[in-house]
Amino acid sequence: MPSTQHLNDLTIQVRRDILRMVHKVNSGHPGGSLGCTEFLVALYNVIMTRKEGFNMDGIGEDLFFLSNGHISPAFYSVLARAGYFPVEELNTFRLIDSRLQGHPTTHEGLPGVRIASGSLGQGMSVALGAAQAKKLNNDHHIIYSLHGDGELQEGQNWEAIMYASAKNVDNIIATIDLNGQQIDGSTDTVLPMGSIKEKFEAFGWIVFEIEEGNNLVAILNGMSEAKSKTGQGKPVCVLLKTVMGHGVDFMMHTHAWHGKAPNDEQLAIGLSQNPETLGDY
Amino acid sequence: MKTYTYTEKKDTRSGFGAGLAELGKTNKNVVALCADLIGSLKMDKFIEENPERFFQVGIAEANMMGLAAGLTIGGKIPFTGTFANFSTGRVYDQIRQSIAYSGKNVKICASHAGLTLGEDGATHQILEDMGLMKMLPGMTVINTCDYNQTKAATIAIAGHEGPVYLRFGRPAVPVFTPADQKFEIGKAVKLTEGKDVTIVATGHLVWEALEASKVLFERGISAEVINIHTIKPLDEKAILESVSKTGCIVTAEEHNIIGGLGESVARVLSLHKPTPQEFVGTNDTFGESGTPAQLMEKYGLNSVSIVSKAETVVKRK
Repeated sequence: MPSTQHLNDLTIQVRRDILRMVHKVNSGHPGGSLGCTEFLVALYNVIMTRKEGFNMDGIGEDLFFLSNGHISPAFYSVLARAGYFPVEELNTFRLIDSRLQGHPTTHEGLPGVRIASGSLGQGMSVALGAAQAKKLNNDHHIIYSLHGDGELQEGQNWEAIMYASAKNVDNIIATIDLNGQQIDGSTDTVLPMGSIKEKFEAFGWIVFEIEEGNNLVAILNGMSEAKSKTGQGKPVCVLLKTVMGHGVDFMMHTHAWHGKAPNDEQLAIGLSQNPETLGDY
Repeated sequence: MKTYTYTEKKDTRSGFGAGLAELGKTNKNVVALCADLIGSLKMDKFIEENPERFFQVGIAEANMMGLAAGLTIGGKIPFTGTFANFSTGRVYDQIRQSIAYSGKNVKICASHAGLTLGEDGATHQILEDMGLMKMLPGMTVINTCDYNQTKAATIAIAGHEGPVYLRFGRPAVPVFTPADQKFEIGKAVKLTEGKDVTIVATGHLVWEALEASKVLFERGISAEVINIHTIKPLDEKAILESVSKTGCIVTAEEHNIIGGLGESVARVLSLHKPTPQEFVGTNDTFGESGTPAQLMEKYGLNSVSIVSKAETVVKRK
């Protein structure tokens, strides 16, 4: 397991990557990306059992599906720094002829990506299908997935959530990024969803809450506990309470940076709050 | 003139069920999903023989498409089953992003396509599905004509890597293609040789085209009937070779003429060999309740219509 220092360094470096990627093309989604940085770093560097290289079928390893595809900057940075493709390629984010499309896709053959996402609400179904394929293959590894909280407004999620417990899909840990924000404002102003915890529980899921979703230790402990509940006949959900824009003070606690890139001055401030650790791409 | 006969009528969906059951025995990677229409899709035998490889998803087609996409990750070959309307229009974005754009090896199997669904009416009679599916990059689109061809196609698509839309129907129709046929995706089947007009038909309209060719023969018009079971990729060579001989063409399909087979054929002709063409299909309209025969007559999708269009197009040469 990597040291806590290394994970911290990696987290800061991923933040820098996110800011520089969206700044360069003046587009992309920094807010949710920054909010999920610790989670994705922990997932790919500690939590998941992964094989070297990339094979689409992913037999004999844990798999991850990103449903809220707009946080592609964080996903790409973590994938690159986990060795799936050269970190220099982060330079091509959202550029013509790039494998790093605005939203993740398998279409250009980017290693580490197993499904296209961006049109919201589809990842839960895909993750469950992959989980059932693992069961058919007698492969005792876990499927992880990440979804936005606003994304739960898409009805397909609830078809999938109902299905998961009905079919005892107990080799999945679906994490909800509970940052309380979406494009038009807070989730409570756009479309209040009530208690997401109670909803998942009513649909027969085991639910864990990670109160400090931007704290690496809290994430590792919470996910470890969640993993201990897999294989018991029920799907597992983690409600990860994060702060959108975490780590860049002026981007925090607001939906304003959901899909907006920093200008030169804002980039400089953001980078100064996250000094280079492992080396910029 | 070569003529075709039949000894029995069977529904094409039963051909799908039989093909799926055979795949259950021969291909361990084939899995099936259904959205609460097992009986309608004739999936019972596969389920009985391979219960661990079947997923009943309930009335939740969007979830079904996503599950199917996910099941391919791990090497499975998922066959989804529901009505054509719920296989396409209802779940277009799920198919677009999670299956087509993601390049997943999913076989979308759609029954009760078109007007011949009958009495349930327009809510269930999709006439736009082939258009929706053929527009998706990388999607193969197949519309089979009888029981035997549907069974053969079902088996064949399991061996094709990539997303496929397989369209078939509800009513019992003549079984006239060989039980032992080899189904080649993208390869048209010439049923009769003719010199005056080409009739390119798909699905239930293939038998109607054969019926029409008999009437046309009696009236002195020699029709070349081509069964074009694959709408995409289209067998352009077969079409161009035939019209080089006949000089005119009728396309026939149980689908809106906007976005259907006819438009695909027209594009090929306009690019390579501009040729007079007449269209048999529904004309920018929804269907309605009625018996299949009544509906096919009212909306001009039977042999009578094909004869009429053939006579018209021959005069345009």
